[in-house]
Amino acid sequence: MAETRYMTINMGPQHPSTHGVLRLVLELDGEVVVKAIPHVGHLHRGVEKLSEVKTYHQVIPLTDRLDYTNGIGNNLGYVLTVEKLLGIEAPKRAQYIRVAVAELQRLAAHLIWLATHALDIGAMTVLFYCFRERESILRIIEEVSGGRLTPTYFRMGGLAKDIPEGFEERVRSFLEDFPRRINEYETLLTKNVIWMRRTKGVGILTAEEAINYGASGPTLRGSGVKWDVRKRFPYSSYDEFDFEIPIGEVGDVYDRYMVRLEEMRQSVRIIQQAVDTLPDGPIMADDPRVVLPPKDDVQRNIDALIRQFKIVSEGFEPPKGEVFMSVEAPKGELGFYIVSDGSNHPYRIKIRTPSFINLSILPKMIEGKLIADVVAAIGSIDIVLGEVDR
Amino acid sequence: MEANAWIDKVKGQFGASILNVESFRDETTLVVEKEKLVEVLEFLKKESDLSYDYLTDVCGVDYKPRKPRFEVVYHLCSTQYDRRLRVKVPVEEGDSVPSVESIWKAANWYERETYDMLGIRFENHPDLRRILTWDDFEGHPLRRDFPVKGKDFDKPFVPEL
Repeated sequence: MAETRYMTINMGPQHPSTHGVLRLVLELDGEVVVKAIPHVGHLHRGVEKLSEVKTYHQVIPLTDRLDYTNGIGNNLGYVLTVEKLLGIEAPKRAQYIRVAVAELQRLAAHLIWLATHALDIGAMTVLFYCFRERESILRIIEEVSGGRLTPTYFRMGGLAKDIPEGFEERVRSFLEDFPRRINEYETLLTKNVIWMRRTKGVGILTAEEAINYGASGPTLRGSGVKWDVRKRFPYSSYDEFDFEIPIGEVGDVYDRYMVRLEEMRQSVRIIQQAVDTLPDGPIMADDPRVVLPPKDDVQRNIDALIRQFKIVSEGFEPPKGEVFMSVEAPKGELGFYIVSDGSNHPYRIKIRTPSFINLSILPKMIEGKLIADVVAAIGSIDIVLGEVDR
Repeated sequence: MEANAWIDKVKGQFGASILNVESFRDETTLVVEKEKLVEVLEFLKKESDLSYDYLTDVCGVDYKPRKPRFEVVYHLCSTQYDRRLRVKVPVEEGDSVPSVESIWKAANWYERETYDMLGIRFENHPDLRRILTWDDFEGHPLRRDFPVKGKDFDKPFVPEL
């Protein structure tokens, strides 16, 4: 009998369907994947190490660059963790604005996912549609924060600045249009025979496996586990909003697709509620240790000037201790673990990024399947390598 | 179960192996001896009224010059009761920690990362390789004595072929 020899091929790190610099070493028996070994770290920039020599405020821009499709969401996770460490809370108005902007960012992140996922599988039209809508979201985010992809919009205790005039109207007019657009994407994909054949029954992950392997976000919910940080450990007033957690049944690529589409509809509901019930009031907590004084005060009052100077140059010193806090990012549970030694630098920051651990499940999903399914599976777990490698 | 009741339960089960129970900002931390780590974590997972079935995170912290130098930190979560718990294990430099990969598959990459970043070895880990840096990399970047700008930041990286 002839000897069986496997062919080893490198997929990535420059392969377009690996969504960044992911390298997969695939052992193939014909077209069947026998073994898959992911190699990550090509984008490792040492964010955790860098954070140790920065003040707490200086870390916020670093978090923008973790999952670069979700700058706002990363800011939110980090800022909430430091607020927990300090024992302060942002005022209601700031919390609602945070929710509204974070959900807009979630829509933008899901749109990128849908665009690239569909493109990987061969449906090109979806890409153009998704990027069109994403552009209107990024414009709103730019108006609010000044940055399209790197907003650095939140601060410990609140927001960098209040929302601009006309924000609500622009968001409303976007929301009026957007649900129709989601239906449009669905007409292209949901009942499309090619799409269904490429995604149904592919990359299956059962609920038990998903929990044991540490999956989170739509990858976990696609497997039928109703688990969302926004509902289980509500933060930033999420408990005051009315929304559903969509789940899948089988845990295949198609289910994860359906979950994310439904999530977009739920995000629209949340933003609608946030904009409609936006409370008045301050946007910064009243805590002179942490919060910069208003600009007017700085120019007229010497004490405010000194305070501003101290906070900007030296930062603030939170109490000694350690906290963990996580938020529901578009990719899953984004957690920050901060150890404070009482100085103005964080002693240690560990960032629990959803993509990192979701990617570790990939071999489980694709071993024994066809090589074409690898592309579908990578797209369905929605990884961003900036977040995997940090 | 009430917050204190289950701590007593774990303490009753493992006695002196639970070195300390800390509480800060409504978060509970168990400091556990490394010899009993696997048993404690298994207990926390299997016990039906605790059921910490989800491993959120594993990481290490370098407390140089304190002795023991490192701590490995496990963040657990119960998907059934919506509770979180932190378990810490003190480790001396050069010592290894038992792997918990047999309890949660999620630990695989987390332990690789901890090994890569801090040089803490995990016993019985199926595939303990570096993950974020490359195989020939020297040193462990997240140790306190590793320079922030890197060791050879001004030299080009030329791999040996």
